[in-house]
Amino acid sequence: MNFKIPFVPEQASTMARDVDHLTFFLVAMSTFFTVLVAVMVVVFALRYRRRSADQVGSSFDNSSLLEITWTVIPLLIVLFTFVWGAKVFFRLYRPPADAVQYYVTGKQWMWKTQHPTGQREINELHVPLGQPTKLLMTSEDVIHSFFIPAFRTKADVLPGRYTTIWFTPTKTGRFHLFCTEYCGAEHSRMIGWIHVLEPDEYQRWLASVPVQTSPAIEGAQLFAQLACDSCHRDGSDARGPALHGLFGREVQLADGRRVRADESYLRESILSPGAKVVAGYQPVMPSFRGQVSEENVLALIDYMKSLTAGESAAAGLAEGAAP
Amino acid sequence: MSAEATVPEVKPNYLTADHGLKSWLLTLDHKRIGLLYLLGVSFFFLLGGIFAMLIRLELLTPAGDMVQPDTYNRLFTMHGVMMIFFFLIPAIPGILGNFLIPIQIGAKDLAFPKLNLLSWYLFMAGGLATFGAIVTGGLDTGWTFYTPYSSTFSTTAVIPVGLGIFVNGFSGILTGLNFMVTIHRMRAPGMTWFRLPLFVWSHYATSLIQVLGTPVLAITLVLLVLERAFHIGVFDPTRGGDPVLFQHLFWFYSHPAVYIMILPSMAVISELIAAFSRKRIFGYHFVAFSSIAIAVLGFLVWGHHLFVSSQSVYAGTVFSLLTMLVAIPSAVKVFNWSFTLYQGAVSLHTPMLYALGFIGLFMIGGLTGVFLGTLGFDVHVHDTYFVVAHFHYVMVGGTIMGYLGGLHFWWPKITGRMYSEFWSRMSALLVFVGFNLTFFPQFLLGYMGMPRRYHAYPEEWQVLNVLSTAGASVLALGFLLPVAYFFWSLKFGAVAGRNPWGARGLEWETDSPPPTLNFDQAPVVDHEAYNYADDAATPGMKPLSAH
Amino acid sequence: MSTAHPAALAHQFESLEQQKESATLGMWLFLAQEILFFGGLFMAYLLYRWRDPQAFAAGSHELDITLGLINTVILIASSLTMALAVHSAQLSRTKALVRWLVATGVLGTAFLVIKYFEYSAKWEHHLVPGPGFHFPEAAIGGRAEIFFSLYFAMTGMHALHMVVGLGLLGWLLVPAMKGKFNAEYHNPIECFGLYWHFVDIVWIFLFPLLYLIGRHYHGAT
Repeated sequence: MNFKIPFVPEQASTMARDVDHLTFFLVAMSTFFTVLVAVMVVVFALRYRRRSADQVGSSFDNSSLLEITWTVIPLLIVLFTFVWGAKVFFRLYRPPADAVQYYVTGKQWMWKTQHPTGQREINELHVPLGQPTKLLMTSEDVIHSFFIPAFRTKADVLPGRYTTIWFTPTKTGRFHLFCTEYCGAEHSRMIGWIHVLEPDEYQRWLASVPVQTSPAIEGAQLFAQLACDSCHRDGSDARGPALHGLFGREVQLADGRRVRADESYLRESILSPGAKVVAGYQPVMPSFRGQVSEENVLALIDYMKSLTAGESAAAGLAEGAAP
Repeated sequence: MSAEATVPEVKPNYLTADHGLKSWLLTLDHKRIGLLYLLGVSFFFLLGGIFAMLIRLELLTPAGDMVQPDTYNRLFTMHGVMMIFFFLIPAIPGILGNFLIPIQIGAKDLAFPKLNLLSWYLFMAGGLATFGAIVTGGLDTGWTFYTPYSSTFSTTAVIPVGLGIFVNGFSGILTGLNFMVTIHRMRAPGMTWFRLPLFVWSHYATSLIQVLGTPVLAITLVLLVLERAFHIGVFDPTRGGDPVLFQHLFWFYSHPAVYIMILPSMAVISELIAAFSRKRIFGYHFVAFSSIAIAVLGFLVWGHHLFVSSQSVYAGTVFSLLTMLVAIPSAVKVFNWSFTLYQGAVSLHTPMLYALGFIGLFMIGGLTGVFLGTLGFDVHVHDTYFVVAHFHYVMVGGTIMGYLGGLHFWWPKITGRMYSEFWSRMSALLVFVGFNLTFFPQFLLGYMGMPRRYHAYPEEWQVLNVLSTAGASVLALGFLLPVAYFFWSLKFGAVAGRNPWGARGLEWETDSPPPTLNFDQAPVVDHEAYNYADDAATPGMKPLSAH
Repeated sequence: MSTAHPAALAHQFESLEQQKESATLGMWLFLAQEILFFGGLFMAYLLYRWRDPQAFAAGSHELDITLGLINTVILIASSLTMALAVHSAQLSRTKALVRWLVATGVLGTAFLVIKYFEYSAKWEHHLVPGPGFHFPEAAIGGRAEIFFSLYFAMTGMHALHMVVGLGLLGWLLVPAMKGKFNAEYHNPIECFGLYWHFVDIVWIFLFPLLYLIGRHYHGAT
């Protein structure tokens, strides 16, 4: 299917075609019903037009059979539509396990993006063709929304929490990026481009961009700078829980609840440490709200993730971070 | 012929019963209050329309070069606020509902006439406060007031406009309450629930939403104002608050509010279809209960505005399913209306043209609502022009078509005069063509990815935007034309008589314009609504050939 | 106009009975919308308490349970006096009606006076949300701010309803003293009674949700 369908934006991700198929079904279904009703109305209006001023209509004014027909058939159709739509939706919002994570921070009025290897961009993001790509997004001020029409996906970008979208690009080229949640004066300038490159070209591009540190190394440096390691260290006398192998694990809290240590939990524990205290520890950690930016938090989280990815890699990172 | 002899012939009606400005501003007559609403609503519609034209002019070119971005943001915000809160919500209930509900059920007035007048003053106070806020700097949050932009970041008049809408909310609550009590307690002898015209049923459903939905908006606005004035933190993520809570509370009212706008229009359409088919509405009971079903289901679907707002995918799934269910009563209505024409005696006077136009446009508006309720589709078009086109099809194609159709239908009853049939058909045509030209291209723009509330856009979308602006000009002409011939009719129009359309219903059994207490003699009802078939020379299936 | 038209009957009604039924239904509908109005606040309360139960428990500890309890008793007593006022009106006992209305007003005022002292204590202890907010328990700190925002919003809205109620009561007192209300016509008293009981019931929900929730949490951390 290589011909261009009018008014349908380019299909440049694995999901784009799925969404378009759903669209074609919806358009066909509603065209059928609209034409059906239009024909019915026009035919009846002409066939039964009033021929004299005092003429009245018949007394045929109800039919259970008809009522059941036009209740049940639409019901079946919308239920079918619902199931189809929900299937596509679950795929749109469930990134595959092997997706590579990039970071997006929205602020009035720009998108700041960062690669897992540390390269930073503004209002642009380069990604390799065919790589399942996941974006972890947050906002520094108001609500934004990250929308790539060619990939048929978007999600709001909120202050104070993380949201994600994912895509696997299927076409190289340059695709529009829009902010779709109204965010103030320059909302319509909060736009940019997603560049999809061949994998080797992407590697060349990565190499051409000067990079100071990767997020994980930056996080390790922050971890040392903020003296987090004075409490969060191994050993039974540590005042804070150790962070090795923490990411993704279930954590037992002091008040009896259990939570999964995901990005949102780690973020909350840095900014509101008292909210979810790990069982066996005292709520002594001060809040770092105002001391660290959203990007710093992302770096710290990336560092903590790297501690789970493997002891040796973590050790390497920690060494690299030492001044 | 002496002067004395003619005096008894001139019977006073509600317009001539009393004179002077005071008799209008302090009137307790539901019909006069209806006309006061006509005045206020028309003024706010004009304001909203001017903002709309300025928006379309700006979007004629992609560069965003006519006004500054923050001016543009004020324009679409004030367009939305004016149109939704001060035109679409009060228009049909305020004007036609007020005028007709007591007459249609055979009552002398609403249950609480003073409360009714108070509602009008609250409406005007809210509207003028909002208008004042525009003059002194405007508002740039969008009509949806999303936090934390509205609570912390915007530098515009959030508090005055919030309070204006809050005050106007009371007007809606009191009107709804008044209608409900009136319909429950003031029906004429013999006017049972299932003899009520469907106009009354639909207004009952509307009132239910007004009474139960509006207070949630009120408390949401109170919290927003407190957040902005005192930084109480409930919507501020930097103080532990949740900005998405605002969206839940806001849409808990504002989605049902869509049904506050469309149900009265459906009320009008049922009357028009019956009157101009000279036939009882097909499936009366189904049409009546579908209004109630829409009102009840309408309270359960607000989450479909939050499919991409970080709401859990499971919540999204539930809201999508419930949204699908709203389509059913709407479909039932459309099919029943269409089938009323079958074996009817159909005439295509102007009000009927609006009614048939409504069916077509509402079909598109409603079906694209199903599109948007479909999760996988919504993600792509959420907050794009597809949504803009969809709700304009429902609100302009639905509500305004019903409003204009109703105004044309009952104009002879309200004023006692007929307007020009030719010019009114022209205006109906202009509205229909202009409307489709304005908003159909926006579906395409939305699917191609054009976000809403954009002041500038990529060049490849200019053609469709130019079409849309051209359509808006035609639409504006279609809206202005009735002003001319309605005024003309007041002086030069033919005298209408009691029942110019040969329609059924208590309002057509009293004078045009009606007397102050509506009827010379209290009516007693002994038949169903729309009893046209009773008049057929040969009762049964074949009255068509009877004449 | 018919000769049998009672003075208290408005022109749009056919009978006093219809008028009374309409007024009562109108009042119930008004109260239904009041429930939704407070419902928005309760929704916010539920959400934030679910998110951070500790902060809510800690915040609750800072409220004065004695004053809250006294106010609860006062409001329940005022509901009783209000019910007696309605009863007196139904029996055409003008003096008793006035007496019970005044008693209701005094109790309502007492509630507001106590509320004033509670509010000013919160002000002195820096527990009013905003830049000056300071929570004594360091581990909770700013997290308790939302609790106090909701405390003030909910009790403030309730107090506002009390003030409106007292205004209406004063407005009804004049015709009551003139003996306008009797067994045949006492609609306004009855409708006002419904409103007053409603405002009391809101407090019956607010008191446990705001003052009592912290009790069983004591020492949890």
